[in-house]
Amino acid sequence: MYRYDEFDHDFVQARVAEFSDQVERRLSGEITEDQFRPLRLMNGVYLQLHAYMLRIAVPYGTLNGKQLRMLGHIARKYDKGYGHFTTRQNIQFNWPALSDIPAILADLASVEMHAIQTSGNCIRNVTADHFAGAAADEVADPRPYAEILRQWSSVHPEFSFLPRKFKIAVTGAERDRAAIQTHDIGLHLKKNAAGELGFAVYVGGGQGRTPMVAKKIRDFLPEADLLSYCTAILRVYNLYGRRDNKYKARIKILVHETGVEEITRQVEAEWQELKDAELKLPDADIRAIDAYFAPPQLVDRPEGDAAVKLARLDSKSFSDWLDQNVVTHRHPDYAAVTISLKGIGEVPGDATDSQMEAVADIAEKYAFDELRVSHEQNLILPHVARADLKAVYDALVDIGLATANSNLISDIISCPGLDYCALATARSIPIAQEISLRFASLERQREIGELKLKISGCINACGHHHVGHIGILGVEKKGSELYQVTLGGSADENTSVGEIIGRGFSSEEITDAIEQIVDTYLGLRVSPSERFIDAYRRVGPAPFKEALYAGETKAA
Amino acid sequence: MKILTANRLTDGIAVWYADGGWAETVNHADLAHDKVAEDRLEAIGAKAYADNEVVDVNLIDAEVVNGVVEPVRLREKIRAAGPTIREDLGKQAARAA
Repeated sequence: MYRYDEFDHDFVQARVAEFSDQVERRLSGEITEDQFRPLRLMNGVYLQLHAYMLRIAVPYGTLNGKQLRMLGHIARKYDKGYGHFTTRQNIQFNWPALSDIPAILADLASVEMHAIQTSGNCIRNVTADHFAGAAADEVADPRPYAEILRQWSSVHPEFSFLPRKFKIAVTGAERDRAAIQTHDIGLHLKKNAAGELGFAVYVGGGQGRTPMVAKKIRDFLPEADLLSYCTAILRVYNLYGRRDNKYKARIKILVHETGVEEITRQVEAEWQELKDAELKLPDADIRAIDAYFAPPQLVDRPEGDAAVKLARLDSKSFSDWLDQNVVTHRHPDYAAVTISLKGIGEVPGDATDSQMEAVADIAEKYAFDELRVSHEQNLILPHVARADLKAVYDALVDIGLATANSNLISDIISCPGLDYCALATARSIPIAQEISLRFASLERQREIGELKLKISGCINACGHHHVGHIGILGVEKKGSELYQVTLGGSADENTSVGEIIGRGFSSEEITDAIEQIVDTYLGLRVSPSERFIDAYRRVGPAPFKEALYAGETKAA
Repeated sequence: MKILTANRLTDGIAVWYADGGWAETVNHADLAHDKVAEDRLEAIGAKAYADNEVVDVNLIDAEVVNGVVEPVRLREKIRAAGPTIREDLGKQAARAA
C-alpha cells in the first residue's frame, strides 16, 4: 500500500499543528463558532445530536493492521469503545470531545492517517473497488489512480471551495463494485484494443434529494490524461455549478440542466487547453505510484483445496460462510474474504475497539497485513490463502464477526439516522435491525438470494436507498417517522434509481411490508437464479403494488 | 412550553438550561410558558453562545410528564436520552445505572 514520503509526513504534521492551534483558540474563546465551523469541517469534525463526530479518511478504503489497531485504540481511549464504518469507506467516531481531537489527530498521524477533506465543499475521499488488487476480473488495480487523485485533490487551492462536495470513485473491473455511476465522477479503468490502460469517464451521478445516474462522457481516456481531464471537469463545474441554491449545487444538476452533449463539449474544450501541459502524467510517475500497490508475494499454497474440502465436511457453518463471504481471487490458491459488520440484529457498520484490534491481528497473521473498508460497510481481507480460511473463520467466530450474509438481505447499508445525525428526520438503524432479525434465518436469506437493501434516515440519502434493490427512506410526517419504499434501484454496472412504490409505512408496518415484497418476489421469480433485481426489472412494480396496497384500493 | 437547549463547546455534550446553569439532563429544564419567558431564555442562550460556553443553541417545545420536563419532538427526545439503539450510551445510561 501507499506509504507516506517525507512531504506527506510534514504536510499531515503541519495540519495537526494548525488544527490543534485552532481548537485551542476556539476553546479559549479567541475565535467564534462562525469562524471555527468551516475550520473544523475541513478537518472532519461535525456536531451531531449527542456530541461531536470525527470522520477519519481511509483512502480508497485501504488500511493495514497497525492503522486499524490505532482506530481501535482511539475508540477505547477517546470515544465509547466503537466506531462506525461509512459508505465512503471511512470511519467515524460519535463521541469525541473537541478538546481531545488534537490528540486523536496526532495519534492518527503516527500511522499515516488524518481527517482532511472528510467534509466540506471539496473533493472527498476517493473510493475504489474493495476487492482491488485481488479480484479475478479486474484489468488492473484502480488504487494507484485513486492515490494519484488523492495527491492531486488534497488541499487543491482551486477546488477547496467548490459549489458543493465532490465525490470520485474508481473501479478496475467490468463488474462495478464501487458504484461509480452514483458519483460526481466515476472512472472505469479498462484497456483499449491496443492493450493500453485508460478510463471510461462518467459524470454527474449522485443521490440525495435528486438522484441521477452518471452519464458517460468519454469511452476511453488514456491514463496519462487522468488529471488534466478531471481538472477540466472540475473547472467547468466550478465555473458553472450553481452557488445560489444548495440543493441544486451538485454537478449532477449542472449536467442535467446543461445536457450531456454540451457538458461534454465544454469539458473537452477546457481539456484541449490542459492536456499537453504540466498535468500530463509521466509514465514513470504512474509506475512509481503503481509500485506502492504491488501485490504481496503470493506463494503457491496448493494444499488449500484439500484443506477447505475437509473443513467443509467438518463444519456446516464454515461451509455456509465460505459460500457467502469468500470470493474468487486472481490467484487460485487464494481468496478474498468479506468480514460482515452486519451481525443479525446489530448496527450496520459498527465495530468495537477489541474487534478492530482482533481483525488487525488476523490481517497481520493471515492476510499480508492488508485490509479494506467496503462502501457496503464491511471489512475485507483481500488476500487470504485458501489453506488459511478455516483459521481465519475460527478467529472471526471468536469475535462475533463470522456472519455469513454478504450480499444477502441482512447485509444492509444504513446511515446513522436520527439516533445520531443532526440532519436525519427518522431513525434508520432500528429499522435495519428489525429487518435483519425478521430474516435472521440464513437458510431463508440464501433462499431469497442476492438482495441489496439500503436505508436512509433523510432525503440526503447517505444510506444509498435510491440504489437499493429495496430502498427505504425515513421521513418525518406529522411528528412521526414514516418510511417510503423504493424498488428496482441498483449501484452496479447497470445502475438504476429505484421507484417509489406507493404510500409510506409506519415504523410498526415497515418490516411487514418488506417481508411482503420479498414473498411477492419469491412467488413470481422464474427460477431461484433470477435475482430480486432481475425479477423486478422483468415484471415492474405492479405485482408489488398489488401485494402491498390492493386491499386499500378495494376498500376505497 | 419551551425550553433552552445547546451543546457544550468543549465536548459537544447536549445540555439544557436549568436553575441558572447548563444541566446535562433535561428533567428540570427551565420552562418558558409565555413570550416574555421565551425571550429571556433566548437572551440567555445568545449570551452563552457569545461567551463560548455552548454551540447550536435552540428553543424547543417541551411538556411536563409526571412532574418532569420532556421534549416533544422525537429528535429532541433522542438527544435527551441517547441513541435508541444503545441504551448503554448517552443520558439514559446514567439513568439506568
